[in-house]
Amino acid sequence: MARARVYVTLKKSVFDPQGKTVHDALRTLGYESVDDVRQGKFFELSLEGLSAEEARGVVDEMARRVLSNPVIESYRVEVE
Amino acid sequence: MSKVGVVVFPGSNCDHDTYHVLKHVLGQDARFVWHKEADLVGLDAVVLPGGFSYGDYLRTGAIARFSPVMRSVSEFARRGGPVLGICNGFQILQEAGLLPGAMLRNRDVKFLSQPVHVRVERSDTPATAGLEPGTVLTMPIAHGEGNFFLPDDDLERVEGEGRVVFRYTTRDGRLAAAANPNGSARAIAGVCNEARNVVGLMPHPERASEPELGSADGRRIFQALVGALVGA
Repeated sequence: MARARVYVTLKKSVFDPQGKTVHDALRTLGYESVDDVRQGKFFELSLEGLSAEEARGVVDEMARRVLSNPVIESYRVEVE
Repeated sequence: MSKVGVVVFPGSNCDHDTYHVLKHVLGQDARFVWHKEADLVGLDAVVLPGGFSYGDYLRTGAIARFSPVMRSVSEFARRGGPVLGICNGFQILQEAGLLPGAMLRNRDVKFLSQPVHVRVERSDTPATAGLEPGTVLTMPIAHGEGNFFLPDDDLERVEGEGRVVFRYTTRDGRLAAAANPNGSARAIAGVCNEARNVVGLMPHPERASEPELGSADGRRIFQALVGALVGA
């Protein structure tokens, strides 16, 4: 059984209104060292009957086709 | 009389309003199309209504685009059939790759439910045929993710191809930061595909198609779609 993690975040060039709001809230609470906040999504997948290498290929495809929207988001895949 | 299909996804909630306008206000032959249906045969136009398909899970429109009906909608669009996406319907068409761009959270992160003014930019689409460019329509918006985004290069291309169909403006049709409710790039409220037969817009024309609702401007978009404005 392979396990995969997919991190989806807005591209650097895309304004993140949610991250900005969280950032503002943290500053308001006194966390003045916070320079930037980007909010994203996190997926954990369990895959049956695939080697780690096979899982990486399949999960990469799923991340590209479904889990992220390439117009605004980028993703990173980790497999173990 | 036009035959118009109104696609119903799990979570669509403007389907009945849209059907009502087409069927009872305009007297057209409207019918619902369940998202598991694949048969659009005989339809003259297809509308993807607003709502929260699949609860907006993952991203707005991201799951609905894999519904069986979307394969048929893509084929219908490829053959030149008129397709109109309203609000969530617009988002689904973007996710399906039939319209450009993606919707970010509204600039101020709030869900916005309010009347807006949009200026018609182009008459050469099925949703605006017969409407003079510069015409200002008043309709409500109701969305949390309507902040139209495209990378700069693509934005220039879409602008250059004249595919911006509606822009948020003041009541008298001027662009102004305060008139752009959600922070959309270039105040874009609606766009079309390259072939110009697929149109999406964020405002809800079905909620502004009878004077009792405060505005009947939206009716003109449905009239355009069913061909009632051309030559009128």
